[in-house]
Amino acid sequence: MSKTCSVDLDKARAILEKYPEGDSTGLIHALQDVQAGYGYVPCEAVEILCERLGVPISKAFSAATFYKAFSLEPKGEVVIRVCTGTACHIRGAQTLVDEICTALDLKPGGTTKDLKFTLETVNCVGACAMAPVISLNGEYHGNVQPGSIMKKIQGGK
Amino acid sequence: MPIKSMKSLETAAKKARSEREKIKTEVLICAGTGCLANGSLAVTEAFEKAVREQKLDVELALGVKTTGCHGFCEKGPLVVIQPKGIFYNRVKPKDVEDIVEKTLKKGEIVERLLYRNPNTKERIEQYTAIPFYSKQLRIALRNIGKIDPGNIEDYIAVGGYLGLAKALTKMKPEEVVDAVTASGLRGRGGGGFPAGRKWKTCRDAPADTRYVLCNADEGDPGAFMDRSICEGDPHTVLEGMVIGAWAVGASKGYIYVREEYPLAVKHLEQAIAQAREHGFLGENILGTGFSYDIHIARGGGAFVCGESSALMKSVAGEVGEPRAKYVHSVVRGLHDKPTVLNNVETWANVPWIITEGADKFAALGTKKSTGTKAFSLVGKVKNTGLVEVPMGITLREIIFDIGGGIIGDRPFKAVQTGGPSGGCLPESMLDLPVDFDGLTEVGSMMGSGGMIVMDDHTCMVDTARYFLAFLVDESCGKCVPCREGVHQLHGILEAICRGEGRPGDVEKIEQLSDTIVKASLCALGKSAPNPVLSTLRYFRDEYEAHINDRKCAAGVCRNLFTFRISKEKCIGCGACVKACPVDCIVGELKKLHTIDADKCTRCGACRNVCRYDAVDVE
Repeated sequence: MSKTCSVDLDKARAILEKYPEGDSTGLIHALQDVQAGYGYVPCEAVEILCERLGVPISKAFSAATFYKAFSLEPKGEVVIRVCTGTACHIRGAQTLVDEICTALDLKPGGTTKDLKFTLETVNCVGACAMAPVISLNGEYHGNVQPGSIMKKIQGGK
Repeated sequence: MPIKSMKSLETAAKKARSEREKIKTEVLICAGTGCLANGSLAVTEAFEKAVREQKLDVELALGVKTTGCHGFCEKGPLVVIQPKGIFYNRVKPKDVEDIVEKTLKKGEIVERLLYRNPNTKERIEQYTAIPFYSKQLRIALRNIGKIDPGNIEDYIAVGGYLGLAKALTKMKPEEVVDAVTASGLRGRGGGGFPAGRKWKTCRDAPADTRYVLCNADEGDPGAFMDRSICEGDPHTVLEGMVIGAWAVGASKGYIYVREEYPLAVKHLEQAIAQAREHGFLGENILGTGFSYDIHIARGGGAFVCGESSALMKSVAGEVGEPRAKYVHSVVRGLHDKPTVLNNVETWANVPWIITEGADKFAALGTKKSTGTKAFSLVGKVKNTGLVEVPMGITLREIIFDIGGGIIGDRPFKAVQTGGPSGGCLPESMLDLPVDFDGLTEVGSMMGSGGMIVMDDHTCMVDTARYFLAFLVDESCGKCVPCREGVHQLHGILEAICRGEGRPGDVEKIEQLSDTIVKASLCALGKSAPNPVLSTLRYFRDEYEAHINDRKCAAGVCRNLFTFRISKEKCIGCGACVKACPVDCIVGELKKLHTIDADKCTRCGACRNVCRYDAVDVE
């Protein structure tokens, strides 16, 4: 938390306005809203959130790091999510992950240096009939084949 | 306008039905996640444009609506034309003109859009005649694909909320509990605990506040029936929950939904608002004085939150770690109050049981597993999608009759049921009747209903490794046996898959598994070794081949095989050359192709595209 503050904190204040002061049960919801507002959970926003809800900072970070939905790092312009659910796994999802990692030089969970792409793996998006599935900024693409995946990703942005 | 009595609900239903009767022909377009991804939104727009421009609503008394998932996701976008029940698959926006001109205006069939039975090659016109549908019996999924999930009138027209009205105006809460007990309904989320018993314990627990919750955190990879119900028939879930709340005396409830299911969240939120407006939810429901309200809690993407005590912690705004259950959550659950938690599919059965009668439900299925079960049939099977069948049907009927068999008619190897806590069953188990106890006996489990079919290109050791990797990731870390044990187990399997397995590994796996099963805190840990133990039980030879011979016959574990193109089978079509991402295949057209083994990354792209089965594993 030694980073200097470079995020617009008024946005966080506006997001948190609807949460009753001192009501700690809103923690997860509030974190979700912050994540949706910024695309990630900035550390500085967590401090404001803790003040508002009366939650110790340790508890907020415990939740922010426990749940997969939260990221403490900014994400890329295009978030690539490769479904690695069972149905996708047996239809070759791992090959897709490997191919994207090689092409973009990153690891699952990572973001390219130019902040263009983030690669995530997700356990199941429930679109198993079209396995293997990837989603690009929330838009699903089914029956993706290795060899054509990078074209789809480059074209999708 | 809130509906205040059984009578006014019946009048509303009548009115809704007569509105529907004005429509002579109706186009139903699937807008489930699968069909949306395949472009069903554009198909809907094309139909709506045609209606607008040609005034088809007036000319033909035509209605167009989007519905929830029809289940046959693989063939999407799906369009059904009622009342004739004509079923068109893989419909593109450019096909809409033909459908309008031929089918809607002249009553002719557009042959090319009909479903084609992959085994007999014949084209099938009727929705109900397609083998995928004809063997099904739909209770939990009864309305999906027939109604517009965003329109409460549609739900009321098919008899929606009549079960609630019956429970609230004609039955005492105890009688509702008794009916659910008599129906034999068991929780569809995995555990299979009798719902009636759960409700009774909660009702009998002394408290000033009780909660009724719905688990829509469908975490098992390869399962999507709950998503489909929330998206396609959200009111059924709400109706079931309100009936449950009346039975146990709860005043507040939550639906805990996965954050990976945005459409389900949207439809549930819409449905809650509509139900409140109509007086089915909130204060003074149906004018009876009973009050109960539901809120949405979005999950944070943690598998362990499907576990009851972890889910309740998460709803309360905390980290979702399970607790030891000396006292069950029906007695001390959310905010330490008695809480009933059932999953989406369980709730979807409740209104049917109340309106149709407990006996009718109990007569279906097997003696100890009554009713039906929805499965998501996926993997290497021809017809993938959602199916609902009576309990007691065999695996063979599901996979081969409904599912149409294995893609490319390859040999069946295993079917995985029960998600990461379940197991893999071999061919010898295909005639096993599917119910809660039968599956547990043979080392797997029902789970929430994922059914993943595997062929000879699937490596069972890798499958076990895959599930352990999943569980290592998802273990909350609270108890040591799960956090450390599963991690170690995964390490051993990783080594075996890399070709570094050692004699004695299998025994080590068995010993470690035994400890994890006995000593873990919650069901996640206790069942974590299941995928390994069941594959060891039925596919021990594969483990031995990996460890002793350093061979992966399925062609999955990359260090343990090479690909070679068969001299006998290759016709030199060049499909593999195009598919190879590293350009390691050479060969002239119509002549034998060869793979440069040094350059090959063993991704399997060539094998996937080869239509002559000419890529061998060595």
